[in-house]
Amino acid sequence: MRAENILEVDGLQTWFHTRKGVIKAVDSVSFSLRPGEILGLVGESGSGKSITGLSILGLIDPPGRIVSGEVRYKGRNLVGLPEPEIRAIRGRNIAMIFQDPMMTLNPVLRIDTQMRWALAAHEQVDKNAARARSLEVLRLVGIAAPEERLGSYPHELSGGMRQRIAIAIAMLNKPDILIADEATTALDVTIQAQILSEMQNLCAATGTALIWITHDLSVVAGLADRVCVMYAGRIVEQGLVDDVLDRPMHHYTEGLIGSVPSMNARGKPLKQIAEITRSLFDLPSGCAFRNRCPKVIAGCSEPIPVLERNGHQFRCINPPVPAP
Amino acid sequence: MIVYLINRVGQSLFVLSAMSLIVFVGIYVIGDPVQILVSPEASAEEIAQVRRNLGLDLSLPTQYLRFLSGATSGDLGSSFVYNESAIVVILRHFPATLELALAAMFIAIALGIPLGVWAGIRSETFSAKAIMAASTVGASLPTFWVGLILIMCFAVYLGWLPASGRGATRSVFGVELSIFTRDGLAHIILPALNLALFKVSLVIRLARAGAREIVGQEFIKFARATGQSPARIVLGHLLKNIMIPIVTVLGLEFGSVLAFSVVTERVFSWPGMGNLLVRSLFLLDRPIVVAYLMLTVVIFVVINFTVDVIYTFLDPRIRFSAKAG
Repeated sequence: MRAENILEVDGLQTWFHTRKGVIKAVDSVSFSLRPGEILGLVGESGSGKSITGLSILGLIDPPGRIVSGEVRYKGRNLVGLPEPEIRAIRGRNIAMIFQDPMMTLNPVLRIDTQMRWALAAHEQVDKNAARARSLEVLRLVGIAAPEERLGSYPHELSGGMRQRIAIAIAMLNKPDILIADEATTALDVTIQAQILSEMQNLCAATGTALIWITHDLSVVAGLADRVCVMYAGRIVEQGLVDDVLDRPMHHYTEGLIGSVPSMNARGKPLKQIAEITRSLFDLPSGCAFRNRCPKVIAGCSEPIPVLERNGHQFRCINPPVPAP
Repeated sequence: MIVYLINRVGQSLFVLSAMSLIVFVGIYVIGDPVQILVSPEASAEEIAQVRRNLGLDLSLPTQYLRFLSGATSGDLGSSFVYNESAIVVILRHFPATLELALAAMFIAIALGIPLGVWAGIRSETFSAKAIMAASTVGASLPTFWVGLILIMCFAVYLGWLPASGRGATRSVFGVELSIFTRDGLAHIILPALNLALFKVSLVIRLARAGAREIVGQEFIKFARATGQSPARIVLGHLLKNIMIPIVTVLGLEFGSVLAFSVVTERVFSWPGMGNLLVRSLFLLDRPIVVAYLMLTVVIFVVINFTVDVIYTFLDPRIRFSAKAG
């Protein structure tokens, strides 16, 4: 089983050393990804999910630093690789797209230039070959009249179109893994639904594994095979989507699920999680969710081990009672 | 585009006529050029003769109207001192100033942009902070003082470079230029450095501010995530995005160097238009001064237009509109 994994993140710690102290943005995060699998990485802003994505690609800038842990791509540890070697992997083996479709494309360069440069980063291509490959990928992500789009500037395109083009650029080099950081959050829901279903088909067709970073549990519910829930830099729960959503084993996950509006609960006030996340500078000892948790017990202030039940992992010593 | 051009030309014509009037009256008030031009022993009759020849015996409004009617047919009058067309005299001094200005702009771009971009993308390093400190000093020092220091260091103590004047020239497409001879190059280095110092500092600050802003943008992060090299990211993605303010300021600076490099030209005895302007002012050579200032208006109009055209190449979101003028 383990040998099949295309990506293994193991004990990853990415810390930011600032004047006010050390921010443990990512703290002992471990998960793995199988080829073609779709993994949801869920958490509120500041929970470390984006930093996890950037850490995998080695794109952490000072004052941030990967303090310890490994990121193994096909068994090879990427942490600490010299810059040229990890650059050869970025975009070619592991690609990443970002949230804001208005800003992920360079405003002063034409689409064809941006696509050609992304290709040229990894192979010698002449203009015609680059154009042919670009057209192919643009069609793949569902762009109508791709020939026209190649000559456009980003400001001439809609938000959904721009995000599709960003996805196309990420898919240019046929990566094994695509990390999407809130990639549809800024789009309106109909476009979001379109792109999500296209991504699902795209990954199935190309065999690309997908790490979908989002704060939106409902997106993950429809898209992912497995899900990791992050809180204050740690993965507090991970497992198959159905397991985690039907039988959450951590009170934070339970709270997240409870705060999603649903048709069945129309008219009733939405549940919310009490208080707000503490600043990452003064997290409570033990379970970081302790100050907001409805079911705190004495042991919660001690370091919490990772518990496991049928492949469903969680960091909670007093889990919610699973519904029968 | 055409509306834009008409707007621009209309505005320039207004500035031209307003300025000619102000300069005309101003120099008339300062003094009588005839007293300077004639020899001290000249008789009252000779003085009156000179005055008549130059048209200075007429009333000021008449003189101005005569100038205007000449100007509309392209004749800006003849110099009192050189006895030839003012424009011809000015244009004879133009190549020297032009090549000095171009050399200064070259230094400003070649030093300012790389240093500024470096200071912007590596803003935490010691070298970046040193660059910024140096640029603050460079922007604050007075030009004439820096010129004198340059002469003292490189011409007097070290003796590496000549202190003043323009070197041997060579005719290039009918224009006498000195930058293509060894001697000429040696002569132009110090004055060009002197003129460039402030501009280098300015470009460094603009390039740094731009680079700091752009380097944090998501499209830079995205380009890095596609595995593009640092060189491609800086030269391809970043540079074009920071050029608009730099081109704007360089355009204005180029205009002001062409038109008003007076101090540097005086300090280094550079035989350009700036030197000519100062001499003409002392001699109350009104036609030269008026023609000179009108030429500067034309220079600024041309440069501003060029800058506007460059904008549209740099940023596809910018297009000409009638309001742009």
